[in-house]
Amino acid sequence: MSAAPILEARGLVKRYGHVVALRGADLELYPNEILAIIGDNGAGKSTLIKALSGALQPDEGEIRLDGESVHFRTPRDARGAGIETVYQDLAVAPALDIAANIFLGREARRRGVLGRILRMLDQGAMRREATRHFAELKIGVQSIAQPVEDLSGGQRQGVAVARAAAWARRLVIMDEPTAALGVKETGQVLDLIRRVRERGLPVILISHDMPNVFELADRIQIMRLGRRVAVVTPATHSMAEAVAIMTGATQVENDR
Amino acid sequence: MTTTTERAATAPGRTYAILDAGRRVLATPTVGPFLALVLTMAFFSVKTDRFLQTENLSLVLQQTLVVGVLAIGQTLVILTAGIDLSVGTVMALGQILMTKLAVVGGVPALPSLLLGILTCLGLGVLNGGLVTLVRLPPFIVTLGTFNIAFALTHVVSNDVTFTGLPSTLLFFGRTFRIAGASVTYGVVFMLALYALAWFALRQTAWGRHVYAVGDNREAARLTGIHTGRILLSVYALAGLTSGLAAMLLVGRTEVGDPNAGQTTENLDSITAVVLGGTSLFGGRGTIVGTLIGALIVGIFRNGLTLIGVDVIYQYLVTGILVILAVSVDQLTHRRRA
Repeated sequence: MSAAPILEARGLVKRYGHVVALRGADLELYPNEILAIIGDNGAGKSTLIKALSGALQPDEGEIRLDGESVHFRTPRDARGAGIETVYQDLAVAPALDIAANIFLGREARRRGVLGRILRMLDQGAMRREATRHFAELKIGVQSIAQPVEDLSGGQRQGVAVARAAAWARRLVIMDEPTAALGVKETGQVLDLIRRVRERGLPVILISHDMPNVFELADRIQIMRLGRRVAVVTPATHSMAEAVAIMTGATQVENDR
Repeated sequence: MTTTTERAATAPGRTYAILDAGRRVLATPTVGPFLALVLTMAFFSVKTDRFLQTENLSLVLQQTLVVGVLAIGQTLVILTAGIDLSVGTVMALGQILMTKLAVVGGVPALPSLLLGILTCLGLGVLNGGLVTLVRLPPFIVTLGTFNIAFALTHVVSNDVTFTGLPSTLLFFGRTFRIAGASVTYGVVFMLALYALAWFALRQTAWGRHVYAVGDNREAARLTGIHTGRILLSVYALAGLTSGLAAMLLVGRTEVGDPNAGQTTENLDSITAVVLGGTSLFGGRGTIVGTLIGALIVGIFRNGLTLIGVDVIYQYLVTGILVILAVSVDQLTHRRRA
């Protein structure tokens, strides 16, 4: 990887009282890649991701976006900087329709007096935009005006991914996006993650599912005890080797 | 041969289209409440000739007025999966303040109205603040406010009924004639409020966010919605609509009555919302449904009186009605989940 990283984290530390969740964690995300993060429970994956998405603030360390130091105090700050996050627990509003979910919190208003003074929504434009995003990501649904609760679990996560892809300008973070899904639906979401990358957005993917990680990721960052212990690729390492590093059975000399 | 294959190919498609259209009509949230309204009207028109007379129907509208306006604020609160048990007594307090200020305090009519409405708004803001900032359950907060407003109503009024109100205070009780029926300005005001609430809920981002907060609060928060502000706004608006209902009540009864609004109005407003198809679990419902629900409640009260049912049995019937409506809500919700 010769290009400069889009996102870079250096020496992140996060303590909760006596518990140290991150002890100097690093990360680099390069353009156009899917970077998977794996690690045992308590390895610091979630804490690292939360620091990158603004859900918590690290006690020490630095996060750089396009080379510039950033400090996210809330998820809103991270979103403002072009970082979108997809959560495992299907963070959608089930009674609202697909278009409403895609635009939730960022609704488009009509032009002119209707929008400025009456604050009227431009439902037509939002539906057209949502339809376009769904077509680009090849997510099949009957109608963009369907309530999300009528969709399957995979389609619902599709709504969440489409929302992230629609608004992310720099990168998308996916925190266990397939954990709540069945086998077939997981496959649909994995295809979707590839298409997000094809649209030019790099992806950070946290997953427990080794086969999926090895199928999808360009590089795999292995976390252990709050640190990055290795970065491997599916070409250079087998699944068993990755698991051995993850559990500490194999010691790695340097942290690359 | 070709015709049979064609028929075989098109018939299922057509049947599906018809079924689908039927399903879509039934899925329209206001269809159920509307059928209930028609059934209720049919029942009372069979029971008594007087029910469908124009004068009686315009009476029903006037009787629906107060609960109808309270139910607007109640709808907003219930859409966020909350509840406001204080709307009735807050309205009672507003009504007593308006009339006492105007009659005893010598305050001009408009400032009296405004002070009464602002007091109700203030109590709504108090409800919303406690729910949002102190994170207390809406049920307990508004039950507390219910008692506070109840006590203040009696303290402020000294249990005196205020009469001889200035005519400005009675404006919304005045009538005009349209198509042979007399309609009060209060009814027009109520319908205008419903139109406004419809627009805000359906056509603005704020309305979307009200639904989203009740539907999945965490998801709403994660998409960047200020959920606290939305909650505060719905309780504040419930306070405001209580104040507006107080103004309409004064126009209708032409007195400031310390015992008004303290028995049936709270539960009736909730009944209207639930009969209108809004879920107590939040996130689902329509303001048009609430208007229909309020009409059903009004028709029940009016019709039961017409056919000579004792007031105590009216309580009984409306109690059963609200439990029925809530049960339907619970059952459909469970099937969805």
